[in-house]
Amino acid sequence: MPFSTEMTLAWLIAGIVLYIPANLLPVMHTSGLLGEADSTILGGILEFWRAGDWDIALLIFLASVAVPFTKFIAIGLLLLTVRKNSRWEQHQRTVLYRIVEFIGYWSMLDVIVVALTSALMQFQVLGTAEPRAGIAFFCAVVVVTMLSALSFDPRLIWDRPA
Amino acid sequence: MSAAPTPSSEEDLPTPAVQNRRWIPRLVWVVPIVAAVIGISLLFRNWQNEGPRITISFLSGEGIQVGKTLVKYRDVTVGRVSAVALSADHQTVVVSADLSKDAASLLKADTQFWIVRPRIGVGAVSGLDTLLTGVYIGMKIGAGTLSERHFIGLENPPALSHGPHGRELQLHAARAGSLAIGAPVYFRQFQVGRVIDENLQPDGSTRVTAFVEAPYDGFVKPVTRFWNASGIDVKLGADGLNVQTESLAAMLAGGIAFDDGPIEALFFAAGGMPGEFTLYKNETEAMAPPDGDPHYVRMRFAQALRGLEVGAPVEFVGVNIGSVVAVDLGYDPRDKSFPVIVTAKLYPRRMGQAYEVLAAQGKTESVETLAAFVGTLVSRGLRAQPRSSSLLTGKLYIALDFLPASPRAAFDASIRPLELPTVNGTFQELEANVGRLVKKVNDLPLEQIAADLHTDLKDLHETLSELHAQVLPSAVDTLSALHKTLDSAERTLDVESPLQRGLTDTLSESRSTLQAVRELADYLDRHPDALLRGRRPQKMPQRPAALSSDDKP
Repeated sequence: MPFSTEMTLAWLIAGIVLYIPANLLPVMHTSGLLGEADSTILGGILEFWRAGDWDIALLIFLASVAVPFTKFIAIGLLLLTVRKNSRWEQHQRTVLYRIVEFIGYWSMLDVIVVALTSALMQFQVLGTAEPRAGIAFFCAVVVVTMLSALSFDPRLIWDRPA
Repeated sequence: MSAAPTPSSEEDLPTPAVQNRRWIPRLVWVVPIVAAVIGISLLFRNWQNEGPRITISFLSGEGIQVGKTLVKYRDVTVGRVSAVALSADHQTVVVSADLSKDAASLLKADTQFWIVRPRIGVGAVSGLDTLLTGVYIGMKIGAGTLSERHFIGLENPPALSHGPHGRELQLHAARAGSLAIGAPVYFRQFQVGRVIDENLQPDGSTRVTAFVEAPYDGFVKPVTRFWNASGIDVKLGADGLNVQTESLAAMLAGGIAFDDGPIEALFFAAGGMPGEFTLYKNETEAMAPPDGDPHYVRMRFAQALRGLEVGAPVEFVGVNIGSVVAVDLGYDPRDKSFPVIVTAKLYPRRMGQAYEVLAAQGKTESVETLAAFVGTLVSRGLRAQPRSSSLLTGKLYIALDFLPASPRAAFDASIRPLELPTVNGTFQELEANVGRLVKKVNDLPLEQIAADLHTDLKDLHETLSELHAQVLPSAVDTLSALHKTLDSAERTLDVESPLQRGLTDTLSESRSTLQAVRELADYLDRHPDALLRGRRPQKMPQRPAALSSDDKP
């Protein structure tokens, strides 16, 4: 696959850039009898944690913070080692690539949560939930990082310098 | 050195056509660039939309929640509380709020903020929605031009939060009565405004600020009189019971009413609108013609004045011209008597035309000229006399009247306050008369009359009981016997009774007997011989044969 590393790097940088507004902007807007609120991803995790739903908080944390970071770091590591024609732990790095490819779409969990909530929570005065711009960025992050992982050619790990 | 040219070196090989596809990975770099541009533009827009952050200090932060409590102007959200902290001296709560960008123009130096909580009063219910949503911070835009970021919050919401057009009026009152902030202001029983503030002045009087909405503020004129419309005004007059109130709410929460002053006030009114109006106690007081300054007079009565109270009227020829201010016990060392000294204030303006004449002569200016005037009245027989206003209550009033028959009295025009000569009241004569009447009633042989009456009643009672015991039972017997007789008579005369029936039978039998006798007489008439020979056998009458054939044509 020609120019694999270059394309992977481009997608990776796009993903990292998009990840910033995805976390800063609110992902969901809820309004109801008790007022209205915009919630960001990290704010939502904290809210669940404080409310005692530590399991849900952990799940969202894994899907929306741990997984993207894992992908960024893993792809970055793979790119770096390939660029240096490193022979270090070639087999393990291939396994790492498979893992990154596999966990890619699990980050969509957040997007699905927001989509479901805003579709189901439409009680007019009592309470409504609407998606906000942040979730679009988050969705883009997931897609772009998956493209990044796909454009990486794992065979490069085994390439030897001529 | 070879003959045949052979492609021995690599240079001779044709250069392979390499397709240059480097533009595809170059295109990929557009993605992160676009992402970066979008991200940066978003952050930039966010930063640009960032409104001002203000701080408001309140005495208490009750109900304020960071991130939830809203700042609203005219019930529209313009911001949100971002932080709550104590001030450095721990005396106030400093609330920070992020306002939207377009709310920046609302932040004038005199913009007011207050916490909206549910309030339930007699006059109005407000902020009920905050029961569910929690409190919010209300604001009222100021009129100033200077911009400000730090405010001191109001503890109570201003009565007028959205600045309707109208006029603010300062009313001056001795006491506020039951007026409360928000109490209604009425013009002819139509609510045209509200009380927006009241406070105690350093001199102890009350200053009430009322707001009259446009277009009704045009009804407020320089001659307008304001009065406290709190409560009910019940009057028992010659024309019956008169109950007056502006409204049920005013009865409970108090209120202010205003109307044009009396016609007389028009003459005394200055040209401009006064800066401060007087708030009268009630409508009667408000509508009274202007009294002017009172003059004080003193009267010395050699008579007990039980029933004379402070505030009792002083009447001049039946017209109320003042009231009693004080009733004191004096001591006269000459004859060691205890006269009653009554001080009263008189309003000369209430004397009507007499005052006008005096005013025309300029005699009302000084007390001296007034004293001289009173002196001439006294020489014509003017005397002060306590009189009873009501026999039932025993209340007294002071009457100033011309009593030419009274003994001459000295009048010293130099004494201040003026001292009016007095005569004793006639109510003591009345008391004596009443006493005599009571004595006469006492002298009546009431006991004898009662004893006689008692005996008579006893006799009557005996007669009645006799009647009851003897006459009544026999009367009852007679009546029941009569009843029986009538009963049997009715039974006898009844159609179904045996007597009736027997009679009917007898009558019909005798009728048939009479018929038989008539037949016998007939027969004997035709056959007189039958008497001797007996009755002949009767021939059967022939049936007429032609009868049936005659019917047929």
